[in-house]
Amino acid sequence: MSGQGTEATSHPNYVKVYLALLVLFAISVVGPLFGHPWLTLVTAFGVAAVKATMVAAYFMHLNIERRYIWYLLFTMVAFMGLLFAGVAPDVLAQGGQNWRHVRPAQPAVGHH
Amino acid sequence: MTHASEFQVPLATRRSATGIPTGRLALWWVLASEIVIFGGLLASYIMFRLHHPHWADEASHTNIWAGGFNTFVLLTSSLFAVLGHQAAEQGDGPKAARFLRLTVLGGLVFLGVKALEWSGEIAHGFTIYRDLFWTFYYAATGLHGLHVLVGMVILALVAQDAARGKNLHRVELIGIYWHFVDAVWIFLFPLFYIAR
Amino acid sequence: MAEGHAQSFWSRYVFSTDHKIIGLQYLFTGMFMGLVGAFLAYVFRMQLAFPGESVPLYGVVTPLQYNALVTNHGAIMIFWVAMPILIAGLGNYFIPLMIGCDDMVFPRLNRLSYQIFFLSTVLILASLFVPGGGFGGAWTAYPPLSASAQYNHTPWGAPLWLIAVALEFVAFLLGGINFVTTVMNARAPGMGPMQIPIFVWMVVIASIVFMASVGPLVAGAIMLLFDQLFGTHFYDPKGGGDPILWQHLFWFFGHPEVYVVLLPALGIVAEVITVFSRKKLFAYKTILYTAFATGIISFFVWAHHQFVAGIDPRMAHLFTITTLIISIPIAEMTFAFIATLYGGSIEFRTPMLWALAFIAEFLIGGVTGIFLGANATDIYLHDSYFVVAHFHYTFFPIAVIAGFAALTYWFPKMFGRHMNETLGKIHFWGTIVPFNFVFLPLFVLGAAGEHRRIYSYEHFSQLFTPGLQNLRVLATVALVVMLLFQFVFLYNFIRSLFAGEKAEENPWKANTLEWAAPSPPPHGNFAEMPIVYRGPYEYSVPGRPLDYWPQHVPQ
Ligand SMILES: [Cu+2]
Repeated sequence: MSGQGTEATSHPNYVKVYLALLVLFAISVVGPLFGHPWLTLVTAFGVAAVKATMVAAYFMHLNIERRYIWYLLFTMVAFMGLLFAGVAPDVLAQGGQNWRHVRPAQPAVGHH
Repeated sequence: MTHASEFQVPLATRRSATGIPTGRLALWWVLASEIVIFGGLLASYIMFRLHHPHWADEASHTNIWAGGFNTFVLLTSSLFAVLGHQAAEQGDGPKAARFLRLTVLGGLVFLGVKALEWSGEIAHGFTIYRDLFWTFYYAATGLHGLHVLVGMVILALVAQDAARGKNLHRVELIGIYWHFVDAVWIFLFPLFYIAR
Repeated sequence: MAEGHAQSFWSRYVFSTDHKIIGLQYLFTGMFMGLVGAFLAYVFRMQLAFPGESVPLYGVVTPLQYNALVTNHGAIMIFWVAMPILIAGLGNYFIPLMIGCDDMVFPRLNRLSYQIFFLSTVLILASLFVPGGGFGGAWTAYPPLSASAQYNHTPWGAPLWLIAVALEFVAFLLGGINFVTTVMNARAPGMGPMQIPIFVWMVVIASIVFMASVGPLVAGAIMLLFDQLFGTHFYDPKGGGDPILWQHLFWFFGHPEVYVVLLPALGIVAEVITVFSRKKLFAYKTILYTAFATGIISFFVWAHHQFVAGIDPRMAHLFTITTLIISIPIAEMTFAFIATLYGGSIEFRTPMLWALAFIAEFLIGGVTGIFLGANATDIYLHDSYFVVAHFHYTFFPIAVIAGFAALTYWFPKMFGRHMNETLGKIHFWGTIVPFNFVFLPLFVLGAAGEHRRIYSYEHFSQLFTPGLQNLRVLATVALVVMLLFQFVFLYNFIRSLFAGEKAEENPWKANTLEWAAPSPPPHGNFAEMPIVYRGPYEYSVPGRPLDYWPQHVPQ
């Protein structure tokens, strides 16, 4: 509320941001059509991250918000990375990890 | 709510030790807690997705064009929301209200397409029971749709106020929330439609 | 002052937006639920001591009822007693007072949060009386037991229980956002981050930890509800799901939750021991940073609850290490409290007794946690009464001992009267001594291999040895004695509300801002909004005539 005047001058051109988002959107749809896994990963999810960041920075005005709000939101995302890292080893290997039966070492042959 | 007329805004609400207006500060905390709710659901989904390669086949039955069109609709509605905020900043309540109502319209189109999509999928046997992929699909897009619905209601209420020049600071707040809902969809779209 | 006209009973006490009224609503709801939770414990302890016999005031306990009693005792004591009293009740009442403002920043959101909490309270109580009885799948609600009525036999109880818990989460999310925003934005002029009382900091950190940890479980609860109501397979391996996922989502929240309630309890202890030892809090900044560290580390330890669940053994080692690490900051805070006592002029008033008892009893809980946090010993002790005893040596100090410390310390402020000191001390000793006789035997029982989820040990002859049964009877008798002593507190509390000695503004000669307001504070709290000149713990400052130096006094 206070300081509206100064904020208004630093606003980006919203229509330009919007057009850039549309271009990125087109890339994210077209890229995966080639069926290449890495290209899909980069164009679908990499571009999604860029788009979300742009929306956050320019539409939600995080670029002119106090810096610690970025850190706050990013910390929450990081915690989700932590959750994933802790849980995935179990969910991705429902048969169990490291339970392979290892034979006892064979007695050495030829070294009497 | 019947006692709203007696309600006086306390001094506490008007203080701002951080320099961030209280409403916006609280909104960031709301979004922080939303990130972990959606994050928990999507992290679970991604784990299962990596564990079940056959989900790629299931995902190929989602309608990429409907999902893509909805992405476009939400992006456009986000533009309207931010233009509404710009108008509110300049003190033009009626103009802000017009943009907010366009945003509501975007939400309406989004939900309409979603409804068509769901009914088509259900009619073709892709119900919540067909496979865990579809359970996740309906749970995640449903939770997101609920957020769209709530956002539309609040947008309409804020627009009504804004048209009369009241509570213009709320235009920015509901806008930020709407952009967040948009950003969530930006991730749902590749997760459930594109990657196959 | 602010009320120009007489308000009706309803708008003043039921639909009020005043943080003090909402705090009292939470407080009294929590105390009432404490009685409910205690009654449940009484019934199942009687069943364990005297299996198969009719329990006075209840009757014969069936196996399904036994499960429901244990489950709801746990859930109620954590979600409907510890959290509403320590965080929502005291937080609502004292945060605005301690930071020197007139209310929460969102009074109506505050009221909504209590209303949702109240609804959840009604639901959890109703869930005990629906067809099939209350949910009996333990407060951890592991699938497949919790996911299918075919297994848990509670088609109504299980979903109702889950919905009640989810609503409670929503209430505390709203409340937490309100707390954090209020403390960030609405502090009195002059109150910098290092002038905030530790209790307020602790509630803020707890709220943030809650907010960050509960999200995945909210999602998980929606998934579990889908499994319960629609028969989907999120947690069912035959449909591609995974029951271990729920355990992870639950404990990703469940472990930080321990610190969500522990931190405010530590905050209460910090406030009480500084006032009653007339000494500056030792190492304010260290305590603060340590609390932050605890909050962060608490996100890295959750799988120590799953060592026997078939998780990746390499992960088990990692989680053992992180779990042992988290005992360091807690020990550090305990040492800081003991250092605060050192050389102080200690007054053994009732609140101080509770605060000191907290340190002593929590110590036992913390030390026994090492055995459970290390995977090698946990494999033996898991799911035994050792766990139950350890848990209660942490949670009883948190919820009950710190709760009583806070109630007796702030009673004069909240109600403008003093509680009776003699009755307070009788109640203190009548609670603390039996408490140890309830749970010390359980350590022995657990170490002897007694499993925690057995309805009647008569079915397990090797566990129903006379020596062990005597310990069970001892624990139950001690529990009954402890519960009977609570009537002393209830009598003292209710009598003091109406006939206690009148309390002045600052009866304990404390520094924090709540003591600058009248007792009890009126609507709007302060006659004149305070300005802060110094930190909250300036006691016995050399060269000053008085041994305390309130935050709002200029010189
Ligand atoms: Cu734990």
